[in-house]
Amino acid sequence: MSSGKSVDVRVSLDGLYMPSEDVVARSIEGELIIVPLVAGIGDMEDELYTLNETGKAIWDRLDGRKKLKDVLAELSAEFEAPVGEIEKDLTGLVEELLRRKILIEVR
Amino acid sequence: MIEQGSPYIVRLSSEKAPFWKTAKPALMELDMELTERCNNNCLHCCINLPADDPVAKKRELPTAAIKEILNEAASLGCFTVRFTGGEPLLKDDFEELYLYARKLGLKVLLFTNATLITPPLAELFSHIPPLVEIEVTVYGMKRTSYEAITRSSGSFEAAWRGINLLLEKKVPFVVKSALLPPNSEEVEAFESWASTLPWMDNLPSYSVFFDLHGRRNEAKNILIRDFRPTPQQGVEFLARRRKKYLRELQSFCAKFIGPPGDTLFACGAGLGGACVDAYGVLQLCMDLRHPDTVYDLGKGSLKEAVTRFFPEVRKIKAKNLDYLTRCARCFLKGLCEQCPGKSWAEHGTLDTPVEYLCEIAHAQARQLGLLEEEEMAWKIEDWRERIQLFSEGRENELRKIC
Repeated sequence: MSSGKSVDVRVSLDGLYMPSEDVVARSIEGELIIVPLVAGIGDMEDELYTLNETGKAIWDRLDGRKKLKDVLAELSAEFEAPVGEIEKDLTGLVEELLRRKILIEVR
Repeated sequence: MIEQGSPYIVRLSSEKAPFWKTAKPALMELDMELTERCNNNCLHCCINLPADDPVAKKRELPTAAIKEILNEAASLGCFTVRFTGGEPLLKDDFEELYLYARKLGLKVLLFTNATLITPPLAELFSHIPPLVEIEVTVYGMKRTSYEAITRSSGSFEAAWRGINLLLEKKVPFVVKSALLPPNSEEVEAFESWASTLPWMDNLPSYSVFFDLHGRRNEAKNILIRDFRPTPQQGVEFLARRRKKYLRELQSFCAKFIGPPGDTLFACGAGLGGACVDAYGVLQLCMDLRHPDTVYDLGKGSLKEAVTRFFPEVRKIKAKNLDYLTRCARCFLKGLCEQCPGKSWAEHGTLDTPVEYLCEIAHAQARQLGLLEEEEMAWKIEDWRERIQLFSEGRENELRKIC
């Protein structure tokens, strides 16, 4: 899988992030499917995305009202993995979603 | 925390991708005949009404009702909605419905003649892509042939203007055609042009053996029957690239051939898919409008229809003696298009053998070497051996037994 288009993004734990209005997130039979609405989200015209279970747990918390560090705290309370590992995954996913224009930063 | 070897995001670039780990959604694809009206008046068409037909227009589902159906389809897990007709772009609310469907996260498959594609509509498809290639039917490469089929003055220019707008905006589309006397000499030119389109991975498909009118309009049926090729002519056209044709059918026959018994619904109609007509009546498939098999969405829900009503319809068994004697025992089921939908269009029943389809399947089987000239497929006892020899390309051995 390519890592998305080359867009310079910076992820901050003080940042607020939410799904872009340019995508539609759907839950189908327990799977989260992200469907592009506008052109230019994926590398191909018919490209859809899904997140794994952990990605989904992160996605569900990215509502534009919670700072990323609060999301990190919630995930740390829920998952038994070391905080440093969770933070790496969290920021990694947010960075990738921002790069793909699936997520936006609320300013 | 993220699973070993798994990326944060999994890209799903094909409709065939397994989105679900447990159960499949109750509804995966929905066809919506937005209107039966069309701005063309094609010789062979099995549905179209005049573009300005006031009765049809008044009966059509209002925008809010269509949105409600789309909502319910999405909630049932539907992934793709096909907007067809008639000509769906004739609907005044087409853009609104298109956007609504896309905002629900549905892919939109559009069947159109392209004549009503405007610069703003092409721009919309470019900005908010349907996520499935648009399917454009092209009736001819010249004005004379095109309009001899569409019987609509100016339709040739309008269609090519629409096609060029799609090309200009790089909106993915594929083309298909209907093989009729006015365009029969243009197949090569059509295919040569089609091969230049960036989204055409395969040769264009054709309607060759035309369906009778979906509302059983006998006056229209007389015309359609007139334009049907003989079974032999049609099969010759299908087999014009002999090697490719054989390869495809060898693979197909190995999997999908054999007598169906009294099971009427040997096809996938109503399994994960449904079709809504322009007036809110739900059908198992586009062809099947028999009153015993349709469900009025005005009186019930899409969920009720696909989870309860459709499975009951699919249990209907064949009772027609002629069907039970022939079709139920015929190993060409799979090659033959006999089905409740075709039986309805031709005879107004679910289980009457359609002679034209029977003749086509037999012509095809003879062409493939599966039957001798006078043999009828439902009387053949060694059909498994014949299919095995054919599928394995053992033509010499097949010739020894038939």
